[in-house]
Amino acid sequence: MFGAGGGTSSYVEAENADLLVLWGSNARETHPIFFHHVLQGIRKGARMFSVDPRHTSTAHWADSWLGLDVGTDIALANAVGREIIHAGLVNRAFVRRATTGFDDYAAAVEPYTLERAEEITGVPAASIRELAHAYARADRAQICWTLGITEHHNAADYVFALINLALLTGHVGRYGSGLVPLRGQNNVQGGGDMGSIPAKLPGGYDVADPDARARFRAVYGGKEFPDRPGRHLSQMFEAMESGEMTALYCVGENPAESEADAAHARALLSGLDHLVVQDIFRTATAELADVVLPAAADWCEYEGTVTNSERRVQRVRKALDPPGLARPDTHILCDVAARLGQDWGIPTAEQVWDELRSVSLNWHHGMSYARLDALGGIQWPCPDEDHPGTPLMHARLWADDEDERGAPAPFTPVEHVAPVDELTAEFPIRLTTVRLLDAYNSGVQSGGYASPLRRRESLRIDAADAADLGVADGDRVRVTSRRGSVEAPVWVDPSLRPGLASFTPHFTEQVDVNVLTNDAWDPKSGTSEFKATAVRIERL
Amino acid sequence: MDLHISAAEPTTAERDAVDTAFALLAPAAAELTAGDRATRSRHAGHAVRSRRHLLLPLLHAVHDTVGWLSEGALAHVARTLQVPPAEVYGVATFYAMFSVEPRPPRVVHVCDDVACGPSGGEEILAALDERLSDERTCVVRSPCLGLCERAPAVLHQRAGEPDLSQAPATPDGVLGAATAPADPAGAQAETADTAFADAGVSAPQTGTGEHLRLLRRVGVVDPSSLDDYRARGGYSALRRAVALGPSRVIEELKASSLTGRGGAAFPTGVKWETVAAAPERPHHLVCNADESEPGTFKDRVLMEGDPFGLIEAMTIAGYVTGATVGHLYVRGEYPLATRRLQDAIAAARARGLLGGDVMGEGFAFDVELRRGAGAYICGEETALLQSIEGHRGEPRNKPPFPATAGLFGRPTAINNVETLYDVLEVLNIGGEAFAGVGGGRSTGSKLFCVSGAVATPGVYEVDFGTTLRELLDLAGGVRGELRTVLLGGAAGGFVLPSDLDVALTLEGAREIGATLGSGVVLVFDTAADLTGTLRRIAAFFRDESCGQCVPCRVGTVRQEEALARLERGAPLGSRETELALLSDLARVMRDASICGLGQTAPSAVLSAIDLGLIAAPPPARSNGHRGTR
Repeated sequence: MFGAGGGTSSYVEAENADLLVLWGSNARETHPIFFHHVLQGIRKGARMFSVDPRHTSTAHWADSWLGLDVGTDIALANAVGREIIHAGLVNRAFVRRATTGFDDYAAAVEPYTLERAEEITGVPAASIRELAHAYARADRAQICWTLGITEHHNAADYVFALINLALLTGHVGRYGSGLVPLRGQNNVQGGGDMGSIPAKLPGGYDVADPDARARFRAVYGGKEFPDRPGRHLSQMFEAMESGEMTALYCVGENPAESEADAAHARALLSGLDHLVVQDIFRTATAELADVVLPAAADWCEYEGTVTNSERRVQRVRKALDPPGLARPDTHILCDVAARLGQDWGIPTAEQVWDELRSVSLNWHHGMSYARLDALGGIQWPCPDEDHPGTPLMHARLWADDEDERGAPAPFTPVEHVAPVDELTAEFPIRLTTVRLLDAYNSGVQSGGYASPLRRRESLRIDAADAADLGVADGDRVRVTSRRGSVEAPVWVDPSLRPGLASFTPHFTEQVDVNVLTNDAWDPKSGTSEFKATAVRIERL
Repeated sequence: MDLHISAAEPTTAERDAVDTAFALLAPAAAELTAGDRATRSRHAGHAVRSRRHLLLPLLHAVHDTVGWLSEGALAHVARTLQVPPAEVYGVATFYAMFSVEPRPPRVVHVCDDVACGPSGGEEILAALDERLSDERTCVVRSPCLGLCERAPAVLHQRAGEPDLSQAPATPDGVLGAATAPADPAGAQAETADTAFADAGVSAPQTGTGEHLRLLRRVGVVDPSSLDDYRARGGYSALRRAVALGPSRVIEELKASSLTGRGGAAFPTGVKWETVAAAPERPHHLVCNADESEPGTFKDRVLMEGDPFGLIEAMTIAGYVTGATVGHLYVRGEYPLATRRLQDAIAAARARGLLGGDVMGEGFAFDVELRRGAGAYICGEETALLQSIEGHRGEPRNKPPFPATAGLFGRPTAINNVETLYDVLEVLNIGGEAFAGVGGGRSTGSKLFCVSGAVATPGVYEVDFGTTLRELLDLAGGVRGELRTVLLGGAAGGFVLPSDLDVALTLEGAREIGATLGSGVVLVFDTAADLTGTLRRIAAFFRDESCGQCVPCRVGTVRQEEALARLERGAPLGSRETELALLSDLARVMRDASICGLGQTAPSAVLSAIDLGLIAAPPPARSNGHRGTR
């Protein structure tokens, strides 16, 4: 938030909040550990609002569910903001002292009346108003979100729309109030923190920052670092298409199945001069590779650290020897370096970590292995060894002293823009991708295990749509988007409504869902619009 | 909650029964969800989950209509209240009066317990077994129905028609009622109720001119008339309470030394003071009218004969303890008392004696009536709280005591029916005067439920300190030759003829190793089958154990088995080892059970053994066969 890609609050704060807004997040299934904290909060009396096109299992727990249309979250958020302003519920002191751009924001949301929002989103105006008042009046309120917010072609705008609400009401930087993006896996946060985001160096430093570049180079050696961001995944595929990029080294990612418009992505991967895949499984991408480097599962076959959504760095320890030829990722990389003429030796995990600490001065510098052990994990920023870590971020915004308060947080006015993939008579059904409790992404890690909850991958549709098509559970249909077509059985799902259908991305071997999805991507985050595809369904 | 509810659908009748009852009990819920559009917005959450206490009433609503609880009906209740279906099933199967299997709409509960069984109950069962063939009707054996003074007793539980009791019942009368044409308007129930019109049968002292305190209006006042109640001194106690103010009422209660009549004899003034002073809000008031101790019927007689008295006393309790709602939990087997109380509550509301501004005195109080559904354990105060909250009636660990953390975890005053009537007397005559009757912890008068081998069974009111002999004389003396008296009910103990001069006080009873318990005085003559009675008591506890804690769940079964072996004359090992086993079981149950049920389940059996009341069976041969000559 406000420059640092991480949630502002600790998980435990959800237990002590008065209001929780789960926006575009079915945390009950996709973040079950975090949801335990939510349940504790609910048990202690917290009210919960669920904003989600589907009446998910999270929504079943909600005091109020707002079932908006896919891709209309900004309109809803702007209407909430307008209602807060018009009801006189703005936290004026906070807005004046700690933010900038309020007037522009107020002007931008002015057209988003409750009535207009109802028209765009489909949610009754009364429910939107209720959310606005409940959020603004709560003493401690959090907005938590996931891919329902970020898998859109204008994903960053969605996030800004939510941040604006927190700034408007002062629900950030105080215990129990906050902005909580929930990350995937146990270490998506950590992956980004370690420099795998193209615009960032490890520790969150911008690549354009010359001081940071100099400091890193002093430790890393080698050539001058580029001062512009590298390509993110969507751009890489564009570069493959244009022929600029001809070789790819792919570590722990399965783009052949996880990319939107997957058929196109696979064609591009196959057309590369050279493809290296380093993974713990033989993925669909590995099937296309020239060289496959079998990696150890680092969470149990090697050691290191992970960072979760509350920015807590924790150690992982080895429990098993890796099978066969599999080796830890760092060992493979160091060997590759050696072949390239750079002798990095085979450093221990702790040596690698200490090197990071020597360059990530703000976030990680104080996190020695000994301290991580002793404290059971530390939340960044942790700049020195006397620092306890930072459970709550941006408390500075509340400081009395102006210098301590630092740079004010800016409002960022954003406009509602409909999903790129328009609904038309030819493609009348909105298809969205959803995730299940017992599976992860393209199923590389989770597909190999049995689960009592699992059933055949099916197109989930509303009972009314099924009746119109004349199909029942298990009947097969063809689903066609502007990019491709798949066949699948249907399953009537009571969480949906007429005109809304869903697939999971988990079982690509059964239904190759990303053949349908749109690879239109957000220029600020590089994320594709997985959540909003226009399709038609035909009975087979 | 994201519940996984089976696909079973309720029938139209089941759905209507649930929906109608729900709309009546939770109008706010209907309002909350009125603006929702199923595909766009829904309200649930806390507002829904906080209505779990409606579970038992909704189950009653279905059962009263349909006669059993189908899977579809349970699923609809689970969905309506957002309670996990497994828990709905757990609650539904906890109560004896509910069936989750298809069952005919008319169920005849025939009491075969200690008082009724030997006095005609078995004959009725035999007659029904032989002569009843009606697919609308089935027969079940029932533990004590609380009509012992009119033994034998029968309860007709009827779906789509009001329940009714018959006592004394005859085989012909029961058959007639069981096979009568459908009675949706309740004409038969009304006729049955008139059989109880003469309160003199249940409380023989009424109308004799004797000075009575608790029973003074029973049989005298018209139980359906609020005006008549007021004409006979009704609501003067509430007036006095309001004039005194809560803290001085508590002072009067403490001065009176009134102790709870539910069995534990806790000082009422102290209990109310604790609740009144508790900083947490809201406070709750609960009246325990789940009278189920075999042989006990005093509360029923009070509620049937003087229902407004209980409403007034609860209003006083609410005023003093700061509770705005009084939960009146009436035993499910008391259809007449339930009807009388429902009418009394409605009449009191209509006159502003319940509601937002009681009697114009500026405080709010109302009574919510809850029906039990056949579970002895719910007479235990914390089990009763669980039952009201919509859980299985399994007792809680104490402490915390209800006065600090009771209903919904809030400070709760929970009082027995008789205690509340005593409060009226304390306010009428003053605490000191009340304390002048009896002495020690036993002040005021006490109701005893005299039944069995006496000339005139019934509820008798005597001053504390009256001897057992005097009480029996009051009841017209013993029929036949006295063998023993069961004092205090199934959870009490036996008293021998040599101890008849015991003073009936808490202290006096303790001196001879007995207890007054709920005031049961069940008299056995020399012709009585004592062994059968003990077996019935053991079976009762085995059946009524809620099964939550092991000492009671296992102990009650083992006790019944050992008793059966002794009765058969086939002990494991020797008679001495069986007796040692019973005594071991008794100690474990007494020491380690969570609640009074397990702790007192062995009392009567042990007392019978100690007093030599079980005939010594012939010693068993080692090969297990009885000796022959």
